[in-house]
Amino acid sequence: MMLPNTLDRYHDRPSSIHDLDPRVKVVVTLLGIFSVLWLPDGAWGAYGLVWCMVLAVALVAQLGVGWVLRRSLVALPFALVAITLVFTLPGQTLFTLQLGGWEIRASDAGLVRFGSVLVRSWLSVQMAILLVATTRIPDLLHALRHLRVPTLLVTILAFMVRYLSVLVDEVTRLLRARQARSAASAQGKAGGSLLWRARIAGNMAGQLFLRSLERSDRIYSAMLARGFRGQYVTVNPHRMRRRDWLALGVALAALGMLQWLGRALS
Amino acid sequence: MNVALLTRLWDEIVVPRLHIPDGFLSLPVALVFWAITVVLLLVAIRKTQQQLGERQIPLMGVMAAFIFAAQMINFPIAGGTSGHLLGGVLAAVMLGPWAGMLVMACVIIVQGLFFQDGGLLVMGANVFNMGLVTAALGSLYHGLAGRRSRGVRLVTAGVLAWLSVVAGALFTALQLGFSGTSPFAVVVPAMLGVHVLIGIGEGLITMAALAFVMQVRPDLVAVEAVRTGGGRGWVVVGLVIALVVAVLSPIASADPDGLERVAIDMGFEEIAAAPPYELLPDYVIPFLGETPLSTILAGVIGALVVALVAFAVGRLLRQRPAAA
Repeated sequence: MMLPNTLDRYHDRPSSIHDLDPRVKVVVTLLGIFSVLWLPDGAWGAYGLVWCMVLAVALVAQLGVGWVLRRSLVALPFALVAITLVFTLPGQTLFTLQLGGWEIRASDAGLVRFGSVLVRSWLSVQMAILLVATTRIPDLLHALRHLRVPTLLVTILAFMVRYLSVLVDEVTRLLRARQARSAASAQGKAGGSLLWRARIAGNMAGQLFLRSLERSDRIYSAMLARGFRGQYVTVNPHRMRRRDWLALGVALAALGMLQWLGRALS
Repeated sequence: MNVALLTRLWDEIVVPRLHIPDGFLSLPVALVFWAITVVLLLVAIRKTQQQLGERQIPLMGVMAAFIFAAQMINFPIAGGTSGHLLGGVLAAVMLGPWAGMLVMACVIIVQGLFFQDGGLLVMGANVFNMGLVTAALGSLYHGLAGRRSRGVRLVTAGVLAWLSVVAGALFTALQLGFSGTSPFAVVVPAMLGVHVLIGIGEGLITMAALAFVMQVRPDLVAVEAVRTGGGRGWVVVGLVIALVVAVLSPIASADPDGLERVAIDMGFEEIAAAPPYELLPDYVIPFLGETPLSTILAGVIGALVVALVAFAVGRLLRQRPAAA
């Protein structure tokens, strides 16, 4: 399926990870994230081990460690939500901050919890990145169908992904057209009243809606002409080979060992 | 920090961040919401398959792509911040309740699965907060205003859109609170405060988009065109879900997990013994309550507040046409 470069997260490499059955990759990724979240707070050794595993997969998949690292920073801004933990959990006081008239205390327990939340989240994101970087979207959707996700949902997802780039192009054109017709002053203050600006944005959304609707009509007619019967079919058999089972076994063993180590070490 | 940087932070980090990444919800909370979401999606799939033919499959796929693209539309509010569209109410108004839910779920799934905008294990919670809750609120539109005058319909859609963002933020805050990722006393007021403002942008864009479609293609949004979802029934559905969630989550995490365990390990008992209504003792903001009972209470209160607001708004709008 065609996605512009900015949307497609797949990186084609001739690696054994790319070659694995997508079902194995989906299941291992989900179990991996589950297993990271299951580790106790402050199990730094185990976290480090998970990171080594992530890096090993990234290397085998020939993605480059730096690339995965850069991409993994997307979720970090959410840390804002958890930072209050540092100051609200009771524990040994590490330092105090003067904030206006308030004095807030940072506790060691809060810091450990905050750090653990952050690291676990960061590791989980890297696993998700590895999954989509090594698996084509049609394969991913096909794997979902094998994993008992309802066919209707998967088919809608497939259509959505197919037309995502088309509609993103469309909205980009709308946005560019608006920008081309809007002069801005040096202060960057946009013209018109708030209501007027909101109405323009709403008109754009309405316009996009109508165009999408018409497009879906055309698509349906075209698909009927090509013999569509309610779902996508594939010529890729998606059969589990010996190496797929082997990879699954190795991954499960590694995750089991991780849980044991995480609890034994901390 | 200069103003431009602050507003950029606000725009790019705070505003779109209802998408919870993995790691910020505890396992019990994440799994409970996966279960709720799966059940609701299965119902939605069954209902959609009964009501719609195979013609609707490309329609819903394209509509999901439309919502994804429409979320890129923004408009400047003030000082460099901008209003965005989440789209749940718009989807439910245009497509009906169940199809709207399905479309919104697909949007959130694609954002999480393919773009790491939101985690995989917390996807159930994300789909629930931003897809199911918003579309369910949008479904109230047909029951409340489907047959009223143009103005009432627009205002209803706008208010519901505002409410959907606030409700989504409330659920996100409650989930973060239950997970011990952020204390209720901090995360609930913070999330609500921010999204009460952000919701205004959602309401305005939704109203304008609906007005545009009413003007250009009135047939699409005519009373007969959209299957009425039934107003009252949906209020009950939403309330029941909220209550079940509020009661279930703390029980599910009854074994001292995460924050609770840390609190106990670190001698929380001393602070818990302090007077319950002393705000900010020693400038350490106390938990809204550490026992499951008070956690349940907090959830129930939150759910009731949203339900009451929705109900009051509905009442007001019902009475308005008589006066006008």
